[in-house]
Amino acid sequence: MSLTTNLGTAAGSVRRHTWRPRIANRNRRARVLSFVFMLAAVSAVLLLALLLGVLLLRGWDWIRLDLFTEQYSRNAEDAGLQAAILGSILLVAVSGVMAFIIGVGTALFMEEYAPKGRITDVLQTNISNLAGVPSVVYGLLGLALFVEMLNLGRVLLAGALTMGLLILPIVIIASQEAIRNVPLGLRQAAFGVGATRWQVIHHHVLPAAMPGILTGTILAISRAIGETAPLIVVGASAVVFANPDSFFDQYTAMPMQIYQWAKQPQEEFTQLAAAAIIVLMVILLTMNGLAIYLRERLGKDRW
Amino acid sequence: MATEIPQTPLRAASVTQFKEHVDPEEHERVITISDLNVYYGDFHAVAGVDIDIPENRITAFIGPSGCGKSTVLRCINRMNDLVPTARVEGSITYHGTEINSPKVDPVEVRRRIGMVFQKPNPFPKSIYENVAWGARINGYRGDIDEHVERTLRQAALWDEVKDKLKDSGMALSGGQQQRLCIARALATEPDVILLDEPASALDPISTLKIEELLRELQQNYTIVIVTHNMQQASRVSDRTVFFSLNERRQGVLVECGPTTKIFTNPEDRRTEAYITGRFG
Repeated sequence: MSLTTNLGTAAGSVRRHTWRPRIANRNRRARVLSFVFMLAAVSAVLLLALLLGVLLLRGWDWIRLDLFTEQYSRNAEDAGLQAAILGSILLVAVSGVMAFIIGVGTALFMEEYAPKGRITDVLQTNISNLAGVPSVVYGLLGLALFVEMLNLGRVLLAGALTMGLLILPIVIIASQEAIRNVPLGLRQAAFGVGATRWQVIHHHVLPAAMPGILTGTILAISRAIGETAPLIVVGASAVVFANPDSFFDQYTAMPMQIYQWAKQPQEEFTQLAAAAIIVLMVILLTMNGLAIYLRERLGKDRW
Repeated sequence: MATEIPQTPLRAASVTQFKEHVDPEEHERVITISDLNVYYGDFHAVAGVDIDIPENRITAFIGPSGCGKSTVLRCINRMNDLVPTARVEGSITYHGTEINSPKVDPVEVRRRIGMVFQKPNPFPKSIYENVAWGARINGYRGDIDEHVERTLRQAALWDEVKDKLKDSGMALSGGQQQRLCIARALATEPDVILLDEPASALDPISTLKIEELLRELQQNYTIVIVTHNMQQASRVSDRTVFFSLNERRQGVLVECGPTTKIFTNPEDRRTEAYITGRFG
């Protein structure tokens, strides 16, 4: 195929190429690859749809009010997971607040105050590595530190603090990223009118970084709400008959409850587990949606 | 505690409007820079610069890219403190007080010596808040509404924004944003204003407005402007400082003097080459 096919030969001044541009070949390759990439994208979505479909098929009939009002029962018909829902909410509330406060503080120190050097490099490497430590290891840490050393016992607070430690590195890294992305011009402008470092941070850096910080925190909380391994290690109960009445009470959480139901031999309990997973998924997706909303909403009127 | 920098009262304009008559010796020197050396890490960026900046005058810094004129400007209100690798040696005095002295608080320096940046950078807040914030954090006592209006009038922006003070400063045009940034700098009642290529991102009409504004402000403020635009320097400034690079790629001061002299009868061949467009 020659160059003149599409453009015609009318223009006598068209320069003749000394090589073959192979445009048709290149276009074909682009089309084939774009199809391959589309398949990759579709397969991910399909997998999620399949998962949701299976869950809904199995668990839909069990989505009923009892799930939210009843407690553990040997009889699937009467079983609910109120204690687990409440336990999960309390767990992530405490761990979220803890990780937010310590995490944002750490991120501010690392980005705004700490002099760049050896020590901060070591700290930074540590934080990054902590984010990659398997969650069961955090469970062991929580067991040693909170359950035994502080002698809290196998209570809700011990689980929440452990979960807080687990998500802390995620919050720190997200917050650092958000703080680092605050434009230099904004800081210069604030320093330029005679603001102290804290005034710059308080009035400009934090508000500008807040959408990113909140998004990171909510995603971290979403991770905490689905974690099971550390809870098993720090002694969340698999079977609880009543809501926790304080942070020093025994407790369970939704993933614990799901695990407990899923390993029961009776078909009803596996269906109940599917229903509980649906509830958990709804909570997770709602939180992710909230994260997106916050990012968009607070992200307005930015640089 | 920071030592108090002596405050000079704002003076009414009693000065000639003709650049030809400007002689730095006749005006009080607000800022004196002597033997200034700036390093970024191992890089010696500015070497041995001496400048006197006369009160209620516009001083322009010109020179080719990378010759250190912005760096010198940023030393005057200690903005280089924010660059972790920067190191400043030599003396910069403001009304006789050494601003790099450990006893002087950079926050106080920046309140007295305001700055306007190359890219308009209003806060992502309302127009009102852009102006009010600097005054408020510096403990302004008095009617803040009135202060905002007065400052916006000074920056020749009031008529354009008086009906939309609650709107975001980011919604203004580039030229308006830059005048808002000038208003923001004026709001802390400084007596020196540093401008780092304030019009380089603006269209010619907005540029002209900024230049007219600087001429107005000059009556009450000491102004230092860095510019790449030689016409701008010749139009707007009373004194011109020409920087260039020496053979070791360090920024050095080549020549400084009344703007008319620099542009019509420079003493140094390098200055002449630059202003006639044969170099840089």
